[in-house]
Amino acid sequence: MNDQGLSSYFKFSNVDWGNMMTSTWETIWLTLVSMIVVAILGIALGLLLFESTGSNNPLVKLLKWVVSLFVNVFRSIPFIILIVLLLPITQKLVGTIIGPRAALPSLIISAAPFYARMVELAFHELDHGVIEAAESMGATRWQIIRKVLLPESLPALVSGITVTTISLIGYTAMAGAIGAGGLGNLAYQDGFQSNNNAITLVATVIIVIIVFIFQFIGDFAVKHIDKRA
Amino acid sequence: MIEFKDVTKTFETKQGTVHAVQDVNLKIEDGHIYGIVGYSGAGKSTLIRMLNGLETPTEGSVSIDDVEISALGGSKLREQRQHIGMIFQHFNLLWSRTVLQNIMFPLEIAGKSKAEAKKQAEHLADLVGLAGREQAYPSELSGGQKQRVGIARALANDPQILLSDEATSALDPQTTDEVLDLLLDINKKLNLTIVLITHEMHVIRKIADHVAVMESGKIVEQGPVLDVFKRPQQAVTKRFVNEEVTPSLTDTTAVVDQLLTKYPKGTIVQLTFHGDQAKLPIVSEVLKQYGNLDLNIIEGTIHQTQEGAIGTLYLQITGEQADIDGALAYLQKLRVETEVLNRE
Repeated sequence: MNDQGLSSYFKFSNVDWGNMMTSTWETIWLTLVSMIVVAILGIALGLLLFESTGSNNPLVKLLKWVVSLFVNVFRSIPFIILIVLLLPITQKLVGTIIGPRAALPSLIISAAPFYARMVELAFHELDHGVIEAAESMGATRWQIIRKVLLPESLPALVSGITVTTISLIGYTAMAGAIGAGGLGNLAYQDGFQSNNNAITLVATVIIVIIVFIFQFIGDFAVKHIDKRA
Repeated sequence: MIEFKDVTKTFETKQGTVHAVQDVNLKIEDGHIYGIVGYSGAGKSTLIRMLNGLETPTEGSVSIDDVEISALGGSKLREQRQHIGMIFQHFNLLWSRTVLQNIMFPLEIAGKSKAEAKKQAEHLADLVGLAGREQAYPSELSGGQKQRVGIARALANDPQILLSDEATSALDPQTTDEVLDLLLDINKKLNLTIVLITHEMHVIRKIADHVAVMESGKIVEQGPVLDVFKRPQQAVTKRFVNEEVTPSLTDTTAVVDQLLTKYPKGTIVQLTFHGDQAKLPIVSEVLKQYGNLDLNIIEGTIHQTQEGAIGTLYLQITGEQADIDGALAYLQKLRVETEVLNRE
């Protein structure tokens, strides 16, 4: 019999630790893969936005419009609705709508434009004089990107990806609720639907720990690479 | 040789067309230190940026050793830029790189091997007086040290020309002098042409041999520094020269006014010396010739420029009118510029 009192949170004997481990790895895998793809896409897109500042090319204008549309639209649609909305696209892209892989497209599509915005901002905040100095030395555009823009804005890029990754962890849990696997899936199916509060609690604690770890790594990295002041 | 020919630069803004530079003609010989002085907005910054193609003239041409910079683009322009060093008011160093890595930066751009770049950078750090600080980050350096890194970086690719964009404007007076001494030293050691822009006449006086004065996009006066200091023609030039030669001109005017009131019979004269005259014992010569006169020194300054000294001296002369006239004539004979001050 399932007792629904507060003590139910602490019935750890009901927890299947093997399942818990599998789900934890699924969550970490989902987070890491989407983080890497978001970082690469976001930096590329942010760079494109930055380099096209002031351009009158209609194609560039269209791209900017699409990116701001994505940023605004995906921030206003609740993520859980977005997943459902993207189901046909997911089916086309990864061939399934169930499991961790099926969660990737919606995770990436929702986070990449947002991170691209942060990247563009980070580049704009650089001292323009430094870019001018590189130009005066005869640097090519590519050399300026590689040797000035990226290294000089690295602390902002890292703290940006940290913030993005932490919201991705939250999204993976939501994706789990509709069958993407991971801790969210476990907490919903084995915890909530089976009236097993202990599982929900443990899954929550593990997610919090994962968030803490990512935040710690991000802060540590920023502190280590930032040589200003 | 650097040559500006009928250079004009206009910017289109919402407020209308702005003439940043107008009809500038200028020649700068190799090995010279050429100063361009002007108040902010005079167009000097736009002018110097044309030398490395950061700005392009709307009309006219800019050339260095008969290569027309203003007509270059793409890889040819980038290739040229590697032979022109530039230093900036706010240093523009990469904070993510150490001193040594900052100096290596232009060498990396030029495609030098890492070992070669490192060797050259170490040599340059030494040349600008940063030995021992190679591994420091810019945030750990003082303003003067940051500009030394800037100078070393600008020299990395053995340029023939060094452009200085208000390089000492963010530094305190003592550090300014140290950096200027370094630039002078480099100019002599490497036979480097230096084009510098500044709003401080002090900088011009200290290191430049030629000067151009800019106002509203035009060069209103140019020539050897000593000539311009001696005989400023334009109002703006006089303002710059006065700022520098008699920093307390207003004080002096007040003193002169007081003395004119106090000693109505005395004659107040302003003497201006150039070059070797500043070394002669002019005042005692006058006294020896006209022993009955009394001389009272109100104020005096002497400044060293690259081509000699320049000075001013305010004297109150009292005595017989005939002796005073004689003394003034004697000063004329010594070729000292003499001006009798009267109440206006």
